[in-house]
Amino acid sequence: MLARVGFLAPLVVYLAVFFGYPLLANQSMALREYTAASFYTGEAPFVGAANYAAVLADPVFGTALSNTALFTVGSLVFQFAIGLALAVFFQRHVPLNGLLRSLLLVPWLLPLVVSGTVWRWIFDQEYGVLNQTLLGLGLIDQGVPWLSSTSMALASVTVANIWVGIPFNMVILYGGLQSIPAHLYEAAALDGAGPWQRFRHVTWPLLRPVSAVVLMLGLVYTLKQFDVIMVLTQGGPANATQTLTTWAHALSFGELDFGLGAAVGNLLIVIALVFALVYLRGLRTQPGAPGSGRRG
Amino acid sequence: MTRVSGNPAHRLRAPSALVAAGLLGLTTACGGGGEDGGEVTSITALDYNLAEPQNGATESMLQECGEQAGVEVEREALPREQLMPRLLQGASQQELPDLMLIDNPDLPQFAATGALLPLEEAGFDTAGYYDSVLQVGTHEDTLYGIASGVNGLALFTNTALLQDAGVEPPATWQELREAADELTRGDTKGFAFSAIGHEEGTWTFEPFMWSNGATLTELDSPEAVEALELWAGMVEDGSVSQSVVNWSQADVNDQFIGGRAAMMINGSWQIPVLAEEDVDYEVVPLPVPEAGGDPATPMGGEVWAIGRNGTEREEKAAEVLRCLLSDDNMTEWAELNAYVPAKEEPAQRLAEDNEQMAPFVESVPTAQARTADLGEDYPDVSAAIADAIQQALAGSGSAEDALAQAQQSVPES
Repeated sequence: MLARVGFLAPLVVYLAVFFGYPLLANQSMALREYTAASFYTGEAPFVGAANYAAVLADPVFGTALSNTALFTVGSLVFQFAIGLALAVFFQRHVPLNGLLRSLLLVPWLLPLVVSGTVWRWIFDQEYGVLNQTLLGLGLIDQGVPWLSSTSMALASVTVANIWVGIPFNMVILYGGLQSIPAHLYEAAALDGAGPWQRFRHVTWPLLRPVSAVVLMLGLVYTLKQFDVIMVLTQGGPANATQTLTTWAHALSFGELDFGLGAAVGNLLIVIALVFALVYLRGLRTQPGAPGSGRRG
Repeated sequence: MTRVSGNPAHRLRAPSALVAAGLLGLTTACGGGGEDGGEVTSITALDYNLAEPQNGATESMLQECGEQAGVEVEREALPREQLMPRLLQGASQQELPDLMLIDNPDLPQFAATGALLPLEEAGFDTAGYYDSVLQVGTHEDTLYGIASGVNGLALFTNTALLQDAGVEPPATWQELREAADELTRGDTKGFAFSAIGHEEGTWTFEPFMWSNGATLTELDSPEAVEALELWAGMVEDGSVSQSVVNWSQADVNDQFIGGRAAMMINGSWQIPVLAEEDVDYEVVPLPVPEAGGDPATPMGGEVWAIGRNGTEREEKAAEVLRCLLSDDNMTEWAELNAYVPAKEEPAQRLAEDNEQMAPFVESVPTAQARTADLGEDYPDVSAAIADAIQQALAGSGSAEDALAQAQQSVPES
């Protein structure tokens, strides 16, 4: 008994100090009028749910929430689909396989500030590579305001984020593919299964546990994505790319209202938890039989 | 500062400090100072003058003034966006730098904490300073911050491009719009300014509001709407790139240097940057609605403030600050970095010696403190104005609707 407690204690202490305490402190902050002065004087009057009410009543909340959803779902779907396609592609014996795979890792290795800056150049309305190319091909007759119109900006930052996330998906899924025994494919081929059927009935079901991990990590990572948006648009123009994360930052460090910022942060945690629970439940209730994992 | 453990206010401090440290991932720095009770041998200073030549000049001036005051100055310099988190973290631990450089619109927020030393208490002599300069360092009738130099906005024009197009530097809004239109050719836009979604965008827009008679407390006034319509109209005409909504002032300067903008609104601190480049340019006051009107520029620049760290350290910090603000140092700093000295006499001398600086010097007496009407509420309203600008420019709403929405963030008095 004592040994068991001793074994668990470090973990419990670690969780309490590095997860429990900040969570509670952030919750406490969200229930107070916490301004720049509070840091010095220590005085932060308790205001109950006023910060939450203010955040929920703010028109930016709806925008930030739907932007967060669109950004997250859009990023996840495309990162996963493209990552999986590349992983399946590299499963075959392609010349220069190793070299190409390492090159595809580059987006993952670059600091986000660097890749964000590169995407800013690509998307530039006047002299960006993208518009110059499209103009050269005659597909458009004037530059598209990728990052500077409220209707395009969210899609543009999502594309940049997808690019950043593809290597992660590809690498993990590629690892998952390697663990599928080759004889299953041979057996499927003997049964007369074509490439699509082999993917549907062998690859996809056996890749499900790995896919679950990739999507779960991707979800958490994308929900809290901050750098790409900050570098590209800073949440603008006019909140068009404001997500809950960038909004929490703007409230805390732009308007110096840390109570509001903490409230938004807490809402984000709740949303992430809800997604995670729904997702985990969905995984558990689905029978793992081949063919039943049809999604996406 | 004594800690009273029974006081609930103080009990709160420890958690908030830890949250600040945890959330911001900041390293604990600061400290320094003298031994308790002993003689003060070193003081700390914090600023965000990271770009050259400001960086080197700040460093050497602080060291020099430290030597004169008989203390070592431990300087820490951070990017601007990390300054506030760093100061807040310091405040939560009652460990503020002895000397700190704060962007003037942030000063009321900081002064309101009670963490800054009123400069009159330290015996500062304010004779000779521009009233407008003293105003930006004042919160609730008390002087907490004092600038060595200030900056403002003016219109920069590319001489060659204007000559080619046969355009004179514009003085009125009408002329500005026409000039921008005529100067828009090929890859070059006629005009550029920063309309980025935070303070930089707001402060670039404020002179247009103010010179048209609008105030920061009535954002939905016809005068304010007219000013925003001018900006939105030029974007619609195509003489200003829509990308301005993502451009900082440094980005705008890059466009100007690259010949992609024939005119720009920018601050005097770009003059040393422009001097390194091969651009022939002229600086004129910002265009005004009607000929003969006064340009109303917001007062830009940073103020030095002293943290409340006990009498001895405060005294040393004040001594160093007085040295930084001596006429010679003030002038040297201003010349090197293209700021306007905060005192009238050295400023006039600079204007006579340097014609590019003249429009900036001229604008100082009438320059307005951004926080004059709103005080601590300024950051909130500034963010709302930046949003309104972006809505009108990025094509998602009329100037009128955008500003009506921004007005909701103005506290009712």
